[in-house]
This record gives sequence, C-alpha cells and structure tokens, in this order.
Amino acid sequence: MLAYVIQRVFQSAIVLLVVGLVAFSMFRFVGDPVDNMLGQERTQADIERLRTTLGLDQPFPVQYYKFLTNAAQGNFGVSYRQGRPVSDILMERAPATLELAAVSGFLAITIGIGLGVFTAIRRNGFAANAIMSISLIGVSLPTFLIGILLIYLFSVELGWLPSFGRGETVDVGGWSTGFLTSSGLQALILPSITLGLYQMTLIMRLVRSEMLEVLRQDYIRFARARGLRERAVNFRHALKNTLVPVITVTGLQLGSIIAFAIITETVFQWPGVGLLFINAIQFVDIPVMAAYLMLISVMFVGINLIVDLLYFAIDPRLRADRTAAH
Amino acid sequence: MAELSSQTPEKVVERSRLRVAIDSDFAWQFRKSPVAIVSAVVVTIMVLAAIFAPLIAPYDPFDPGSLNLMNGFSRPMTPNAFTQEVFWLGTDDQGRDVFSTILYGMRISLFVGAAAVLFAMVLGITLGLLAGYAGGWTETIIMRVADVQLTFPAILVAMLIFGIAKGITPVEYRDQMAIWVLIIAIGLSDWVQFARVVRGATLVEKNKEYVQAARLIGRGSGAIMLRHILPNVLSPVLVIATISLALAIIAEATLSFLGVGAPPTQPSLGTLIRIGQGFLFSGEWWILLFPALTLLTLALSVNLLGDWLRDALNPRLR
Repeated sequence: MLAYVIQRVFQSAIVLLVVGLVAFSMFRFVGDPVDNMLGQERTQADIERLRTTLGLDQPFPVQYYKFLTNAAQGNFGVSYRQGRPVSDILMERAPATLELAAVSGFLAITIGIGLGVFTAIRRNGFAANAIMSISLIGVSLPTFLIGILLIYLFSVELGWLPSFGRGETVDVGGWSTGFLTSSGLQALILPSITLGLYQMTLIMRLVRSEMLEVLRQDYIRFARARGLRERAVNFRHALKNTLVPVITVTGLQLGSIIAFAIITETVFQWPGVGLLFINAIQFVDIPVMAAYLMLISVMFVGINLIVDLLYFAIDPRLRADRTAAH
Repeated sequence: MAELSSQTPEKVVERSRLRVAIDSDFAWQFRKSPVAIVSAVVVTIMVLAAIFAPLIAPYDPFDPGSLNLMNGFSRPMTPNAFTQEVFWLGTDDQGRDVFSTILYGMRISLFVGAAAVLFAMVLGITLGLLAGYAGGWTETIIMRVADVQLTFPAILVAMLIFGIAKGITPVEYRDQMAIWVLIIAIGLSDWVQFARVVRGATLVEKNKEYVQAARLIGRGSGAIMLRHILPNVLSPVLVIATISLALAIIAEATLSFLGVGAPPTQPSLGTLIRIGQGFLFSGEWWILLFPALTLLTLALSVNLLGDWLRDALNPRLR
C-alpha cells in the first residue's frame, strides 16, 4: 500500500516536471520575450539590460531551474499584454472560476446521482424514459450551443436572468464572491447549468447503469426478502455499492469542469481564469498561457492522485488485493 | 472471338463481387437500421453540398464585389426592404447570403474535421503498431506519453497547441496558416485513442500463427506490421475514426467559436456561430440559428453513423 502510494506520487511529480518543461520551452522559444516587452522604440542597450534582468543570458538548465523554483513560489513573470505580474492577475480571476466550478460540480453530482437512481428504479416509467432521451440530446449538444440557447431563452426572450458577467460581488478578505448578493446569485444560474449539464448527464447515465447492475445482485434480493423498506434497499445497499466507479468518473470530471469553464466563461463573458486564458491565446501572451498550463496540470495531476488514493478509502477489497500483490 | 471470351469471365467476377457486397452481413445490417440509412443519407448530402459549394451557392460570400450593403439584415424568405431581393435564409450585417456562407463554412468544417482525423489516425496507427509490435522501451515511452495526454481534455490540448503554433508563425501568415494549425492541433489532441486500440489489437495479433509464419519466411518487421497486422486491426479503427470525426467537427467549431480557430476570412460553422451570437440580442436570430442547426445536424448524423458502425462491426453487441 505504501509502496503504491509512493510510486503514484513519484509518477505525478515526473508528469509535472515534463509539463513544466513544456511551459518553460514556450517561454524560451515561442517568440522573443524581449521583443514582446519593449515594443518599437528600443535601443540595443535596452535589449541587453532586459535580457540580463530576465536572466535570458544564462544557460538553458539554469533558466529551467529558475523557472521551476519561481513557479513553485507562484511567480510566473509579467504578462506581456497587461504589464502586471501574472500571479496577481490569476489571484484576481480565480474566485470567479472556482465559484462557478463549485456550483456546477455540486449541481452535476446531486442532480446527476438523484436522476440516475430515479431512472434506474423506475426503469420503464414514462418520466425515466423521457429523462434518458433528453440526456442523449444533452450529450450531443456542444457546450457553447447550450449556453447560447439558455441565453436566448432566459435572457433575450424571457428577460429573467442576466446574460453576461458576475453581477455585484462582495470582497471578503481578498476573495471576491458572488454568493452574497442577489444579482451575483442570479448571474451564476445560467453559466453553472451550462457548465454542469454535460457532467450531470454523464454521472446520471453512469449511476443508472451501475444501479441496474447492482439491483440484480443476490444481496439486494436478500435485503428485500428480509423485509427492509424500499428506500433502505435502494440507498443504503444499492447506491453505496455503485460509488466506486462514480467517484472515479466524478473526480476526473471535476478537472474537465475547470477546463470546460473556458468555453462557458467565453459565452457568458464570465471574468474568470478561462476567459483570461483564451484572451492570452488570442494575443500570444506566453506568461499567462504558461501559468495557466502549470496551474491546470497541478490540479489535474492532483485530482488523479487523490482519486486513485480514494479507492482504498472506499473499497476495503482493493486494499487487501493491493497489499497481497506487493 | 478471342476478345469476347476473355472479357466474359471478368464481367462475371465483377458482378459477383457486387452481389457479394449487397448480400453481405454488413449491408444487411445497414438495410435493417433506419437510423443508419437516414444519417448516411444526411451525411452524404452534406458532404456533396460542401464539395460542390461553389456550384450550389447562389452567391460568393467572399467576393466583396458581389456584396451589396443594402442587402444587410434581410429576413429569411422575405424581400429586402431596399433591393427587393429574396434570400432563403436571410443575410448578415454585410449583406452576405447566410445559405451561401453556411455552404462554404460547412466545407471548411468538414475539411478540417476530416483532415484532423486522418492525421490523428495515421499518427495513432503508426505509434500503436510500433508500441504493440516492438514492445520494450518504445512501448513504455509511447504509452506513457499517451497516458499523460489522456489526463488532459482534448480540447485543452488543442487550444494549447494552437496557441503555441500561433506564437511561432509570423503575424502576416497567421490567418493563412490558421486552418492547417487547427488540423494539426485537433489531430495531435486525438491520436491517443487510435494508438491505444491499435496497440491492444497488435498485441493480440502478433502472437498468431500467420505472423509467426511471415517472420519465419524472413519478412521484415515493417512489412509484417503494414501488410499483415495492419489489415487485421483496421475495423475498430474505422469505428473510432467515425466517432472522432463528429468530435473533431465539434472541437473545430468550439475553437473557432472561442476565436482561436478559423479566421473571419475563412469562416467555418463555428466562426459563423461566433459572428451570429453578436446579433442575437438585436433580434437577427437567423444569422445564428441556421449555422447552429447545420452544425448540430452534421455532428449528430456522423455520431449516429458511428454508433451504428460500432454495433454492426461488433457481433457481440447484437
């Protein structure tokens, strides 16, 4: 068990080092940072001075090492476009994305599991079949079209909800939150549905198929024979045993939610990290791109690691298998 | 006489081949599935419309000389207030016929999607064959890279490659190169699927007797991989390629919608939707709706076709 954990942590560290190398190479070889920062009217002396202050005159491994130590301390340099430290910009934008992702994730998990259990129990009911058919459309619609559709319905036609931005935000100790104002909460509704819908349908379909599998098992029949109430059978005995694959997929999907936030944030002009990244790509703002890449890979690798380790916590059988194998 | 007698057997062979194709299990599966027939017809019509867009389109939306600004914002099927011209699906703000821009846009969407899948397929098959057949270090490195890439969503990888490529290409070539950069970005984000499937199938095939026989008579590794193993691992590849095509079309549309894909000078369906979104609030719904519907129809039919193909080629699922 310990050997497995160490091995997984080691693997994750290597992945991060490689991603760091990619991010650093972007810095070093894509465009000339000095060119980008100085503009048209510059002298040779200006160029030399900036080269030295940026450390570009030093050998490659030294620069890579410096980049890694700086990145580990959250220092990604200065944005070419905004002329401010990237870490400041990221800190400013992060709350918007994290709040959006948290609400979407919550919606996806609660509604997804709820509907999944419902459609599995009422397998041939009209409502369950309708939900399944609708979810098929949800899977094949691209995210940005769902967003546009929602904006058209609820903002343009009905005028109920705002179509862009975060509404009013309140600053709580450096964290600007939209949870505390009514306009902030209203602004959250459409983007979080757009972002969470795909994950919701995915979780729902997974829970449904796992539940159908489990409900066929002998111990469920036995639980029924013991005269347990239907609710206890469904939720205590059946749902609990479907959770291993559900947690895996949910965990991995949390990463996707952050990634797909790029699309949702663009549709709704949500001032988060994703919108920042897209603008950075459009203007080839390398420091912002590299910082985003590093940030998101730390998150993905971290989530993967946690999901892998969570298996042990949930399923005691795995623990026994692993220790026996080693 | 001699000529006649030599021609007849050939004809017989050809005819029987056609009969074999019609009578085959695959064709029977196809005839039996209405969903497959409808989606195949839809895809065929759309592909033909895209190929012959210059012949079908009533206007050339990219010839500035043919545009009349007075025609701007014409509603679908109603005569324009100034020029009395009628446009089936209306016009955009520049007076471009929406139907024509959709035809040309579909052309770019399909081209980028197909080329990206082809690129991903060639790359994935090559690396998958190598990994499966060679084993050892080659396999470890290729599959490790694949695993790492699989942790990140494909769309994110494509965006990143697009961003880097944009940084490398000189400013004056960016718009011209954008389509090719898109193809490479989407292709590179999608090769893993192919490599994994081909490697898995190769691992199974390489221990079979025909491969051993080929090795025994002294055929080289390259020839064994390409001539003997490859034909036997192609049917799952075909299924993935079809489903990948739908994903690639959507990925291209998404990237173009985000403004990191096809440039406004060569608009794909995604670019058209991006442009149309700006007019949603002022009530010109047709500029957005028709490209969006086209994209949906295209992606959905390719997807359904892929689903059917997967079921038809896998006897276990029947």
